[in-house]
Amino acid sequence: MTAVPLTSTPPRPKQGFKLTPSALIWPALLYLIMTTQVPFFLTVWYSFFRWNLQAPTADGSHPFVGFDNYVNLLTDPLNLRVILNTLILTGGTLIITLVLGASLALLLNRPFAGRALLRTILISSFLVMPVVTAVVWKNMLLNPLFGFFSWFVVEFGKIFHLVITPVDYLSAHPLATIIVMVSWEWTPFAMLILLTGLQSLPDDQIEAARLDGANNWQEFRYVVLPHWTQALEVVILLETINVLQVYGEIYASTSGGPGIATTNLPFSVYQRLLQEGNVGVGSAAGVIAVILTNVLAIFMLRLINRNTQVGGH
Amino acid sequence: MTTIDKSGLQIPVNTSPKKPPVSVLGGFLTVLTYLITFIFFFPILWMVLAAFKTEQQAFNIPPVFAYTPILDNFRTAFERYLPALTNSLVAAFGSTLLAFVLGLPAAFALAFYTTKRSRGVLTWMLSTKFMPAVGVIVPLYLIFKGFTLFGHEFKLLDTQFGLIIMYTTMNLPLVVWMMHSYMTEIPYAIFEAARVDGAPVWLEFFGMALPLSLPGISATALLAVIFAWNESFFALNLTTSNATPLSVFISTFKTGEGLFWALMSAAAVLTVFPVIIFGWVAQRQLVRGLSFGAVK
Repeated sequence: MTAVPLTSTPPRPKQGFKLTPSALIWPALLYLIMTTQVPFFLTVWYSFFRWNLQAPTADGSHPFVGFDNYVNLLTDPLNLRVILNTLILTGGTLIITLVLGASLALLLNRPFAGRALLRTILISSFLVMPVVTAVVWKNMLLNPLFGFFSWFVVEFGKIFHLVITPVDYLSAHPLATIIVMVSWEWTPFAMLILLTGLQSLPDDQIEAARLDGANNWQEFRYVVLPHWTQALEVVILLETINVLQVYGEIYASTSGGPGIATTNLPFSVYQRLLQEGNVGVGSAAGVIAVILTNVLAIFMLRLINRNTQVGGH
Repeated sequence: MTTIDKSGLQIPVNTSPKKPPVSVLGGFLTVLTYLITFIFFFPILWMVLAAFKTEQQAFNIPPVFAYTPILDNFRTAFERYLPALTNSLVAAFGSTLLAFVLGLPAAFALAFYTTKRSRGVLTWMLSTKFMPAVGVIVPLYLIFKGFTLFGHEFKLLDTQFGLIIMYTTMNLPLVVWMMHSYMTEIPYAIFEAARVDGAPVWLEFFGMALPLSLPGISATALLAVIFAWNESFFALNLTTSNATPLSVFISTFKTGEGLFWALMSAAAVLTVFPVIIFGWVAQRQLVRGLSFGAVK
């Protein structure tokens, strides 16, 4: 134990001081490079080969096929349907959750008894594990014979002397039902972010608008909405990224069916890889999913930025 | 704004922001809010109610609302779900721990030792969230199936460690962003004073940055655990029997056992409620974490 504090050198020169701490970034950075960038480049690489685990070539090689996997994917109408499903699922969910989430945020922004409690209860559906959502909705709510929703619709119809025959919603309207399920999960997310956005609006701005004689609509349009755009931006961007990746809900409810009615890109990649063992085509589908996600995310950002400029801060 | 007399007329009639009048519309909107909340919560409520029913009651049409609650389902479900629970706990807490071990020093460096590249590094880390899991799953699956390193054979498929690796990837950007955001709220002057006194970097980190951002750490950890707990893509693709977490266990109820609704509900309640309660407790931080600090 040498008396370090007493004989210690004066504050170290700037150079040594600066170099060491910045290096603390590297473990995290390297980890992310190893687990996201490297596998992605491998995915791109694999996508140029014919490579099937279940049907290996005679000599076990993986012949280079250029863009064949992509051509196969993009010329097959079934695969175009998968891409379309992905877009409809994401777009439909986005519209429903934005409308419902914004309405709920506005409703919860009013002072009334029990509003903190309602807010707390409302976020629950976002926290439910997607797989649980799927099995509970599929069986206990939507089962045509024993499901609560099926029973309720029939009883509700009776009030208006309507005869409603319950159908198996997941077979009759598969994609719409999945959209409703996913919207149920993501509406609280939109509500929560939008409500926080509303509550960060300073009261004096509203009062100033009222003193200027703005009516409710003008107040909303020229004071609330411009302030709200950042929260809306966050909701749209994050929901787009996340709903494009919906998987558990589909896996545990329809398994992509009937046929390919509810197969989206993530589920399709899973089928290629684990059910068919098709490394080449699975990789190509994965690359397409990455491109689609990034194109949509950038498109959404552009769209939002253009509208933000009109609103102004 | 334009016509002064008009606004002058409206003030006494229109503005009473301090005490809103109890109007019919206001009452209607409140009732509507309660109604929508009830509808949204109903699927969860129905699941909880079914968990305490007998199988016959869970199935009955018209639905049974009044019944004597039983605990048998929970007993059976708990026994069966224990292995999956262990896997979920190990994967969720293990990955959260690893994400903090890697992420905290990075957040610290990015907050207090900023260089001209710091902003770029942060943005890049966030951009890894734009990488869907399907973009990396094929090579990961092949690597996890088995690889040789330094003469040893490694297999990560269907192991808890394999899940920890992927969940860490998922949560690391979140940890770095959130902790960076919390650490930048610590007054910088404290660190300047310490540096003048010659405090070494490790003391700045363990003695100041960590204790001062403790509330942020707990909020971020809560979120990371929730995300890892609920994850299903990597779970369903990378585990088969030994390391299957709760999401895989629950998905076995989709067919075959799909007729045991009360048992399924009990298992689902046991799976979902730890996370729901976590989320209720951390709702304020939830917003900040979900939006990567963009909305506070």
